[in-house]
Amino acid sequence: MVIALVVFVGLRAAVVPKTFGQYGHYRGAAIAEIAARPIAYAGHEVCEGCHTDVVDQKKLGRHVVVPCEACHGAQAKHADDPAAVKPPKLDTAVLCARCHEANTAKPKNFPQVVTADHSSGIACDTCHRPHRPKIEDAADNKKPTTEAKK
Amino acid sequence: MDVNRRRLLVLLPAAAVAWKFVLAGTPEGAPNFKLTEHWWAMLIDLPKCIGCGSCVRACSAENDVPDGYFRTWVERYHVADWKIERPDVESPDGGKESFPPSDIGGKNFFVPKLCNHCADSPCTQVCPVGATFVTPDGVVLVDKTYCLGCRYCVQACPYGCRFINPKTNTAEKCSLCYHRITKGLTTACCEVCPTGARQLADLKNPKDPIHEYLKTHTVQVLKPHMATGAKVFYNGMDGSVR
Amino acid sequence: MQIPVEGFMYPNEVELQWSVLIVLYPFLTGLVAGAFILASLERVFRVQAVKPTYRLALLTALSFLLVAPLPLQLHLGHPERSLEMYLTPHRSSAMAMFGFVYLWYLMAVLLLEIWLDYRRDIVLKSQTSSGLARVVYRILTLGSDNISERSLRIDDHIGYLITLVGIPSAFLLHGYVGFIFGSVKANPWWSSPLMPIVFIFSAMVSGIAAVMLLYMATTRLRGKEIDIRCLDKIAQYLLYTFVIDFSLEMLDLLQRIYEADESFRSLDFMVHTRLWASQVIVQILLGTVTPIVLLGLMQILRLTELARKRIYAVAGCLTVIGIFAMRWNVVIGGQLFSKSFLGYTTYKMGFATREGLLTAIVLMLLPFAILWVLVKLLPPWPDATSPVSGVRAAQGTT
Repeated sequence: MVIALVVFVGLRAAVVPKTFGQYGHYRGAAIAEIAARPIAYAGHEVCEGCHTDVVDQKKLGRHVVVPCEACHGAQAKHADDPAAVKPPKLDTAVLCARCHEANTAKPKNFPQVVTADHSSGIACDTCHRPHRPKIEDAADNKKPTTEAKK
Repeated sequence: MDVNRRRLLVLLPAAAVAWKFVLAGTPEGAPNFKLTEHWWAMLIDLPKCIGCGSCVRACSAENDVPDGYFRTWVERYHVADWKIERPDVESPDGGKESFPPSDIGGKNFFVPKLCNHCADSPCTQVCPVGATFVTPDGVVLVDKTYCLGCRYCVQACPYGCRFINPKTNTAEKCSLCYHRITKGLTTACCEVCPTGARQLADLKNPKDPIHEYLKTHTVQVLKPHMATGAKVFYNGMDGSVR
Repeated sequence: MQIPVEGFMYPNEVELQWSVLIVLYPFLTGLVAGAFILASLERVFRVQAVKPTYRLALLTALSFLLVAPLPLQLHLGHPERSLEMYLTPHRSSAMAMFGFVYLWYLMAVLLLEIWLDYRRDIVLKSQTSSGLARVVYRILTLGSDNISERSLRIDDHIGYLITLVGIPSAFLLHGYVGFIFGSVKANPWWSSPLMPIVFIFSAMVSGIAAVMLLYMATTRLRGKEIDIRCLDKIAQYLLYTFVIDFSLEMLDLLQRIYEADESFRSLDFMVHTRLWASQVIVQILLGTVTPIVLLGLMQILRLTELARKRIYAVAGCLTVIGIFAMRWNVVIGGQLFSKSFLGYTTYKMGFATREGLLTAIVLMLLPFAILWVLVKLLPPWPDATSPVSGVRAAQGTT
């Protein structure tokens, strides 16, 4: 019986992770390990640091509230090394429909269309500019809105 | 048994226990983040949700979530007239590619769901080894190097937010992007939400807008009768939400 | 593999978490508890008639208890980490605490009781046998050669105490499994204070029936005469236990139907569709009502010995099948419906996979293989060729 106890305690001391029980009934080091995971989304403030012209465009329209990576995807890698990692070109025919396809579950005052009737499948940026989507404002700015600050 | 052997038999286990405490000493890699200064929560403003699925895609990209499993997902509800207890609900691929066009009448809305990071978490209660736990700052995490994959926690979660990752064979779920929030960023899902329907909140921060929000809005948690201490608060949640 | 879903399930709920191996696990531990209770009927409650099954019941319990952890190990995502349950058990977790209940029951109750009861035979065999057998028996004596009258009387006393402790331990063993399910508030099919009690009584039913069947089968295989008085007595206790078990299950069912809470509509639909065959037909009609009626009739009618033996065999088989179906309905049934109460999924059982049907079949057969070895090593027959055990022989075996 005593031998079993000694073996048990010895085994426990050898096998149980050292940080177990530090904050509670778990391995304390796990908190730091989980916090050290790599980040995929840079956050819109990082994008806005370089792409100021896009920021100016967005400020004039309703998409000012839409975060950059909502459409462009995770860009932390691009933010770390902008020359080496380029964001891919987006397919607006698919992308825009995710938010703007008509669905009665969406808020009533949210701009939505039945894309099949509205555009019959052609890419949305044929007529709309994604950073400043309202067509009536086209006269104010003829430059394309997808260029970054060089 | 002679005296010396008896003495040794007493000293050995005592020494083993003492040695264990000595080794426990300083933790490896203490996080550079004040664990006791935060109490994380989330606010979801349902009338703003447009069901675009950006949050589902972002979470999947940020956290390497395997296909077919979801750390967060969006449900579409249709409530016919007074049938509050029997809504029609769908969540095609968790809402990852948004929802097909729909013109059904009646009451319709979207509900994003995720781990509620319960203060009295039932999944933590049932874990046999302490692989899932609540951090001092209120986030329920999974230690995937310690998890046995027994799946008891998946059974115990009333919200269906846990799954077993087929690559690691361990339990997994929303971590409230702990690796981001401990660096001052917001969660991936909150970052990309185009309408601001999802907002990270820190209940321990007196300046956080959530305190005022909770006072002035009609807010619910999911399955309050389970008394889990859920910390994801839904504004404008209909009684039909399951 | 696309899993067909009816209605709405939370996306992560579609795939079942606990497979047929987790159905097997309570079934096996139930047989252990039940077999032990049957053995204790003789030892503690002095029901002489069932004495011929005493040692067989203990060996049966041991065979099943040794196999019981295997389905769990095969089911775990990381079986190599299972030692963590003993090294850092989470005290609030029923599963963690169960590891210790299992260990206690195995070491302090079952193994000790078997060793004490067989000690005289082991010592004698270690002196009379040769070769490998002699080595094995010498090890089994654990260094004690004393088989004097006084020593055997002490064995008997300790054995009695162990059985006395063993009865609540057996209840704890299987009641705990019931609690592992019954304490999950997220699942209304499982969450019930009745769950541990239902599990205990259905365990007793299955264990008693299994030992009865094994006694009949092994006696026939050995070409000996079945003790009909023993069989009648076992069948009687099986009937009593069955009536209690059935009453408890019906009570649960009636209460659910009457109260009709939030989950009822969903569960009711599930029972009427996906669980119709396994619950209503197999578990209730074939596995419970039929054996109870048969056993009940045997108490009233006076049939021939041969007829009684045949009917006991049928009732026993149906019982064991019925209790397996009960475990299936609890474990699998509890995962077929959505916690939103709005939909259902399907269980896709593999065949030659780690948690598939083939594995389950092998694990079901393994205890019998172990039992065969144990029976050769430690013959449980009352008329075994070696000199009959001292003190207990004096009390008169059959």
